[in-house]
Amino acid sequence: MTNGNLVITVGIAELRVDTSPTNLSVIGLGSCIGVCLYDPVTKTGGIAHVMLPELINARGNVNRAKFGDTAVEALLEEILTAGANESGIIAKIAGGAHMFHIPEERNFMKLGERNAVSVKRALKKCNIPLVAEDTGGQYGRTIILNTTSGCVLIKTINYGEKII
Amino acid sequence: MDLKNLDPAWLDALKEIGNIGVGNAATALSQLVNAKISMTVPVIDVLPFGELSKASGNGDVYVAGVYLRITGAITGDILFTMSYQEARRLASLMLKQQSNDPVLSEMECSAVKEASSILTGSFLNALSELTSLSFTYSVPYFCTDIFEAILGSILFHLGEVGDYALLIKTELSCRTEKLTGNFFFLPQANSLDLMFESIGVKN
Repeated sequence: MTNGNLVITVGIAELRVDTSPTNLSVIGLGSCIGVCLYDPVTKTGGIAHVMLPELINARGNVNRAKFGDTAVEALLEEILTAGANESGIIAKIAGGAHMFHIPEERNFMKLGERNAVSVKRALKKCNIPLVAEDTGGQYGRTIILNTTSGCVLIKTINYGEKII
Repeated sequence: MDLKNLDPAWLDALKEIGNIGVGNAATALSQLVNAKISMTVPVIDVLPFGELSKASGNGDVYVAGVYLRITGAITGDILFTMSYQEARRLASLMLKQQSNDPVLSEMECSAVKEASSILTGSFLNALSELTSLSFTYSVPYFCTDIFEAILGSILFHLGEVGDYALLIKTELSCRTEKLTGNFFFLPQANSLDLMFESIGVKN
């Protein structure tokens, strides 16, 4: 899948955009979401590693890649700057798992889910079609976006591999 | 408190706190498995979230992790991780029975949880004695997965207030039983003021 090409890792609350032939990867998404935007024509792709649902909960924060609502906008801007055509951009998302079962912390319980909702809302707002997703569950995911094919490989420990 | 501009002298003070705390935890673990436990000098770092797992040095390793939330005068998160294989070894040491099943049983998970809870308890007792501050901690939450997925899922408390995490990390190891664990303490920035004040390093 990686075709021996360079793999660029996107850390927590970071975002990266690159053109073919590269692989963008997020190692171990738990409740975080990996938002992949891809333009098949220019073969430009990008991933944002979203950690929290909304910017409003935070105080004086500027790192837009951290929040679902702002990360999608920021990633879209970056990928357009890198030469993608706005009309052709598609989105794929993965992550948003529920890693720890904590009965007394209801918000924590739903963090992954809230992240997914926030990202989807932001994608809709930006008119980017969400063509595939692999979210929820109770397990972590490692994702690799291949900027040549636009395929996203999802690897897990006990739940196999798949390509979306 | 601005984590990025922490005085180096304060970091040293924190390191000493970490050292004493984890020393206590190591003693507890040693009694639990009845073997000699050694620990590394704590590493203290202030890092953006994106670099945290790289610094922790085990991004895509399959681990068993136990997470506890501290609340009270000091707030923060504690994570104790060991590789999945080592968690199995720790469990069999504690339960005094060898299991051939490659998957951790419920009983074994409980044992690892319990060990982590004892470790954390002794760490926090030391912290409380040193600072004369009182706080409580949650029950241990257990999870087995890729290290980074576990770490990423506990950072949200810190993520809501800033872009940096203060990481205190130590490795505990037991040579005779081939066990290594990583202990992470991530205090919330606003509780650092109180901590420094009570140990007298604040002007």
